[in-house]
Amino acid sequence: MSDASHKITATGSNHSVGIVQPQHAAFTEPLALDCGRSLPSYALVYETYGQLNAMGNNAVLICHALSGDHHAAGFHAETERKPGWWDSAIGPGKPIDTNRFFVVCLNNLGGCKGSTGPLSIDPDTGKPYGPDFPIVTVRDWVNAQHHLMQHLGMASWAAVIGGSLGGMQVLQWSISYPEAIAHAIVIAAAPKLSAQNIAFNEVARQAIITDPEFFGGRYAEQGSIPRRGLMLARMLGHITYLSDDAMRAKFGRELRSGQVNYGFDVEFQVESYLRYQGTSFVDRFDANTYLLMTKALDYFDPAHDYGDDLVAALTPAQADFLVVSFTSDWRFAPERSREIVRALLAAGKRVSYAEIESNHGHDAFLMTIPYYHRVLAGYMANIDLTGSNQSGAL
Amino acid sequence: MIRPDWHIVEQWITPRSRVLDLGCGDGSLLSHLIERRQVSAVGLELDDDQVAACIEAGLNVIQEDLDSGISDWFAPMSFDFVIVSQTIQAMRHPERLLADMLSIAREGIVTFPNMGYWRNRVQLGLLGHMPFNRALPNPWYNTPNIHLCTLTDFETLCDELGLEIIDRAVVDSARRESALLRAFPNWFGEHAIYRIKRRV
Repeated sequence: MSDASHKITATGSNHSVGIVQPQHAAFTEPLALDCGRSLPSYALVYETYGQLNAMGNNAVLICHALSGDHHAAGFHAETERKPGWWDSAIGPGKPIDTNRFFVVCLNNLGGCKGSTGPLSIDPDTGKPYGPDFPIVTVRDWVNAQHHLMQHLGMASWAAVIGGSLGGMQVLQWSISYPEAIAHAIVIAAAPKLSAQNIAFNEVARQAIITDPEFFGGRYAEQGSIPRRGLMLARMLGHITYLSDDAMRAKFGRELRSGQVNYGFDVEFQVESYLRYQGTSFVDRFDANTYLLMTKALDYFDPAHDYGDDLVAALTPAQADFLVVSFTSDWRFAPERSREIVRALLAAGKRVSYAEIESNHGHDAFLMTIPYYHRVLAGYMANIDLTGSNQSGAL
Repeated sequence: MIRPDWHIVEQWITPRSRVLDLGCGDGSLLSHLIERRQVSAVGLELDDDQVAACIEAGLNVIQEDLDSGISDWFAPMSFDFVIVSQTIQAMRHPERLLADMLSIAREGIVTFPNMGYWRNRVQLGLLGHMPFNRALPNPWYNTPNIHLCTLTDFETLCDELGLEIIDRAVVDSARRESALLRAFPNWFGEHAIYRIKRRV
């Protein structure tokens, strides 16, 4: 064995994809959007892990959720402490095994981590788009992802995988490009938002929009940031991502100083946690992007174009499906995943459904839960890369 | 290893038909039927380990409690065959399941341990204790089998539910058939295998 194999680095273990470099793809063809506008040109930032095989049929697309980005696994530098957002599942020997699959993850349009979004310069004005960035939908994202797929020289994905808002992109892929996706893994998702979901998003948006530092979305030009609004939005989000049980287990009613002080400073640990999540989010996320992402969530409803018939919407799909939900997830409850599964069954699709016992709420989809990872790994291991067609579809 | 009762089930299944296995366990019967009958198969199973085993075997499985109802999941007549293997005796509402399964499939195949098997009768009737043997391996206080029945009981229920028995096989503990079993099924059959459909 060489010395290198014993070296402990920021990459932690030999199950990490290690140090990764984000890449850029520039597109000069205009992209027509659902809102009726179009982007004259755009760029997507993405990362890849593993190697594309000779047949070019082992590519897997990871779709990120509300506040995610292209950095799904590994580290950007030796000194980096935290790996990518789904490092628990992506890497050599992990459920999405980079020894076998070529994994691609991108920052979606409208994002703030390098893909064209509100922070980018509008070629028409020479100034940042800010609030003038067009509203993008899940379908727009999937269209852009399809361009990225072609840019990378691939005709299809072995699998498209995503949790939450990412799971919605997976569903859209199976509908928009049925021939380009062999397997669809839809985790902790929903076929559309409920009124309650939209209500939470609206409170988050109002927190941002009514912040005096928001300046109608032109805060960058004013040299300010709507910190309070974005922080409140994130705090609210975090409450909905956790379950009552998870919060009780994590914080209880524990006091930071061991006694109540009869004031409005941070006293309970849960307050401290939420404030920390809120303030740290402000430093890494753009308020206009947050507004766009929540709108994409609200608008997602693939059944709408099919007379509100989800079965009809999913009928064109050719992929095999794995749908996963988590028992304590009340943001996208198991019942929402069951709606998807029932529609897939009624449409005659091949589908498996696992309901994972967890008290971590919606956040569970990012966690290393043994049964969850066993299901994910088991499903991925059965993806056929020999090039022969699968039979036995219902 | 192929169990003899699977062989019986296999013979009743039309090639390339659509099969649903309720309480499919690790999916080995479905895998067997896919291999031998090229069926399109779906399983339904509640237990995490078993669901994971099905997915690892490349099967389509839905994680669900059979007692919460199956008609929510599947459209009427969306299968040719629905199998309930060694499961019905553990259900809260076996009668509901029997009716439901024949609303989603043309034919049903039901297997269960026969409470009328002589050893069970001797243990209860002569020795005065609840059956406890190879076919019923759990003590009374800790058993999933809460609705045990005999062949006679099952056939009476089918009649009440308007179900017709197309075929019946009984097997011993090695899951084999014999002349003795055929002559006195409710005495010597350790396990029963029924093929049923709706009476027209």
